[in-house]
Amino acid sequence: MNAFFMIVQRDLLLVMRRKSEVLTALFFFVIVTSLFPLGIGADTALLRKIAPGVIWVSALLATLLGLQRLFASDYLDGTLEQMALSPRSFVVLVLGKITAHWVVCGLPLLILAPVIGLQFDLDTAALETLLLTLLLGTPVLSLIGSIGAALTLGLRGGGALMSLLVLPLYIPVLIFGAGAVYAKSVGLDVTGHFSLLGALLILALAFVPWVSAAALRIAIE
Amino acid sequence: MNDLTNKPWLNWFKLASPSTFYPVAGRLIPFFWILSIAFGLAGLWMSFFVAPVDAVQGQGYRIIFVHVPASWMSMFLYIMMAVWAGIGLVFNTRLSAMMAQAIAPIGAVMAFLSLWTGAFWGKPMWGAWWVWDARLTSELILFFLYLGFIALQASIDQARRADKASAILALVGVVNVPIIYFSVKWWNTLHQGASVSMSKAPSMAQTMLWGMLLMALCFWMYAIAVTLMRVRVIILERESHADWVKQLKEVRS
Repeated sequence: MNAFFMIVQRDLLLVMRRKSEVLTALFFFVIVTSLFPLGIGADTALLRKIAPGVIWVSALLATLLGLQRLFASDYLDGTLEQMALSPRSFVVLVLGKITAHWVVCGLPLLILAPVIGLQFDLDTAALETLLLTLLLGTPVLSLIGSIGAALTLGLRGGGALMSLLVLPLYIPVLIFGAGAVYAKSVGLDVTGHFSLLGALLILALAFVPWVSAAALRIAIE
Repeated sequence: MNDLTNKPWLNWFKLASPSTFYPVAGRLIPFFWILSIAFGLAGLWMSFFVAPVDAVQGQGYRIIFVHVPASWMSMFLYIMMAVWAGIGLVFNTRLSAMMAQAIAPIGAVMAFLSLWTGAFWGKPMWGAWWVWDARLTSELILFFLYLGFIALQASIDQARRADKASAILALVGVVNVPIIYFSVKWWNTLHQGASVSMSKAPSMAQTMLWGMLLMALCFWMYAIAVTLMRVRVIILERESHADWVKQLKEVRS
């Protein structure tokens, strides 16, 4: 447990020393979501309808941006190898790195999403649902994404390849996340969506750290 | 030759060596081609001349004789690919990883064929080439998963790392296959429910079902034959440094 917090703290400290990287992903999120009204016109009813999907897809893409750096610098300077060799459980260390990634790339989206939602004229109930789905969904994005990041570590054109591997796996989260907000805005029951998102989060938490750790061991072998 | 090698279970492990498997696969290939052609001829005859015209969908329904077997095979091959990849990961056998690598493009072709014929079927029946229905969408995701597997395998130069990394990807992706299968029950959308089910009698004419099953067997045998052909090429490619490969008749000439 101690090792877990050490890794989270270390990764967050590293990020704080290079704030531009985090801010890039956040600005990307804001810009992409702002492009949609410009592309399809400012019809309020239409914007309200597409808002959940637009915000969720932008969140997926913003998470992908950060994933490329998740293990890359540690891999290049050999830290990752030392972590794998250390007596601490490698799985816990990997989970720590994923958690730090979520704090840096997932959590800020939660803070920005209501503002974006207001741009798209979402009402309070829909905004609440959006926040809750993002809260449940973005950790899943960081977790699943870490598998892709680990598998493509150190490969030529790793970034594009990682998107190809990871985006199809994101689809269930997208469906239930955006679906819940849409269902709420038309007055349907959303407990099913939340249960499924929660199930995805639990499953991902239970299995992904092991898978990512195994993938990393293959990469540094 | 000691006693142990005569036991049947040991022979299976002997087959796991590429040098033993290569000639065995070569002998099996014609056998599976013959089976595939025989089932194919019977299935096509059944589906074009015996099966009755559908009361609602007319002649157009006959595309299911290609569409359904292709969809079944695309899912089945993904599971087989994941099984071989998993065996390769656990037992560290080279041949298993080569099998997974050989199956992937065939599965991708099957998924593509399923989507393509589905579009041809959808246009006259639903009036649209494509609808965003759960089953269509998950078949599309399956196609993407195949492409991801092939791309990852192709972009890693060291064979050992490529095998292991793509094996992990295949095992992660296999979670998607049950979602495809159960999506019909999860989302209630445009796509008609499954016509063939395990628990109750199928809601189609017996002859249609037979046509479909024969075509499925044809596709299955075809997939085995092509997998064996592909795996032989992969063996030659990867073992090109080995002496036994250099002594092969087809390599020397």
